[in-house]
Amino acid sequence: MEPQRGDESPHAPAPTLWPVGFAVGIACIFVGLIVGPVVAGVGVVLTAIFGLLWVRDATSGFREAPGAEEPIPAAPAIPAQRGRPAMPEPGEGELVRFPRSKFLEFSTLGIGAAIGGVVTVPALGFTILPPFVKQGHPEIDVGAIDDFPENKFVITTFLLKPEDGEVSRRTAYIRNNGLLDGKPSFTILSNRCAHLGCPVQVNGLPLDDQKSTEKGVDRIPTAAAAGFGCPCHGGQYDSEGNRTAGPPVRALDRYEFRIKDGRLLLGKTFSVSDVDGTGAEAKIHKYELAGPGQHVDGPEAWLYPLQPPR
Amino acid sequence: MARRRPGRREQLIKMMLYPLDWLEERSGLVGGVRYFLFRKVPGDISWGHTLGSAALTAFIVQTVTGVVLAFYYKPDPNSAYESIRYITDDLTLGWLLRGMHRWGASVFIILLFLHMGRVFLYGAYKYPRELNWIVGVLILVLGMMEGFFGYLLPWDQTAYWATVVGVNLQATGPFVGPFLGDILRGGSEIGPDTLARFYSLHMLVLPGAIAGLILLHLYLVVRLGVTSPPWSPNAAGKARPGPPPPPRSGLVEPKPRGARLR
Repeated sequence: MEPQRGDESPHAPAPTLWPVGFAVGIACIFVGLIVGPVVAGVGVVLTAIFGLLWVRDATSGFREAPGAEEPIPAAPAIPAQRGRPAMPEPGEGELVRFPRSKFLEFSTLGIGAAIGGVVTVPALGFTILPPFVKQGHPEIDVGAIDDFPENKFVITTFLLKPEDGEVSRRTAYIRNNGLLDGKPSFTILSNRCAHLGCPVQVNGLPLDDQKSTEKGVDRIPTAAAAGFGCPCHGGQYDSEGNRTAGPPVRALDRYEFRIKDGRLLLGKTFSVSDVDGTGAEAKIHKYELAGPGQHVDGPEAWLYPLQPPR
Repeated sequence: MARRRPGRREQLIKMMLYPLDWLEERSGLVGGVRYFLFRKVPGDISWGHTLGSAALTAFIVQTVTGVVLAFYYKPDPNSAYESIRYITDDLTLGWLLRGMHRWGASVFIILLFLHMGRVFLYGAYKYPRELNWIVGVLILVLGMMEGFFGYLLPWDQTAYWATVVGVNLQATGPFVGPFLGDILRGGSEIGPDTLARFYSLHMLVLPGAIAGLILLHLYLVVRLGVTSPPWSPNAAGKARPGPPPPPRSGLVEPKPRGARLR
């Protein structure tokens, strides 16, 4: 029955209890995500059963509509105007004609759509694509190897893109691990928290009086850095960048580095799930750079199959 | 006392009303406005029904103060903070202007929620007004986005790090999250591009979208009418009450049998 305007009967399906079971099922799925797959499975089954019942109930009014009450089409009240039709019916053996008015209608719509597309697609492209091209940065010279005392973290700030100015200033915690097989070894941690990107701080003493500055690069050695802590939500890391407490989902990001003419050059940033061992012997589980809060290993990493180009 | 010639007064009124008649004849706008302002509403609506208009007023205040703030604000990383400082400290009544915009933002969102609560509790979202509820929710979402994008503009430490956290929250969304984060930042890092696009969205895109949705919202309100409260005796399907009892009935005069006290 078609609802009429001003009809006082409610136009909603009859009350039903199935949504309650459906909600319980959804809740089970969420609990299952934390507790375990069995609970989640039960949740999926509950959700499916009650969802089906709900849909059955809600659509019963439509499905049970009696077919016998089909209204018989009444004769037109106003007889069609007599006269020669503008478009005569195709005669015997004639092709079905495509009237001019139809052609104009479709061509207007089609050309309109084409013009709309020509205007919209480039505009969308220029809006969305620029964030994904020409990312990354050149190598950054942060100083001579001798500027970094062994086994001490040095708070090093530098301009990632000098043309952007101070807003591109970034911080790395750089520790000289001495020589490994005759080659210099460095631990270079990004200060971007792996939770939501706040700046982590050294849990130690910055020696401000030993600060050295060179070409936009500031270096402040620290004493007794026992690890790192984030001021925003309390994430804690040990001195290798491994998460020890709080909400971060992985270890601190690190910079690739290169040594050229005795100078330390920082390259790309990469993400780290965790680090085994310490110092020069550390074994780093390296991944492509991911945003803060994104898992790089384990099943949760399946949620981030693609990363934008860096 | 000289008697006025008859028709003089009518002539005068006609002359004064001529511009309105001119407008009405060519656009029908006067009738439209009259229809909008003097349409019938239920007799037992309350102050709760004014929350929508209050939210609209808050939006207008945000628009006007925002336009004036934009006269002085510079969306550039090197001068944004300084221009905000100039507005707050040096510009005549600038502190008031910025304060109105800053607190008005919260007022707008709070009023939206109160309005939403009134509509929900009165059941005014039900048939045939579901679409208006949906439009209202879109206005709420866009309003919150206004807050998110506007928060970066002062370009101080709070603004910067709140935006870092907020964008990274978006970026943890599954599958599209990382790309969404880059689109919001205008790149892989927050920089000059981020400020420019936040300013553009806050100034142009979102207010325009909200204004359009408000017009749609109002159109639907006028078309569908205002709901009575659920307890209203005028609610659909109930018999209309009889003539109202005398004003003092029940107080100093005996109440007529069966009469309902308002």
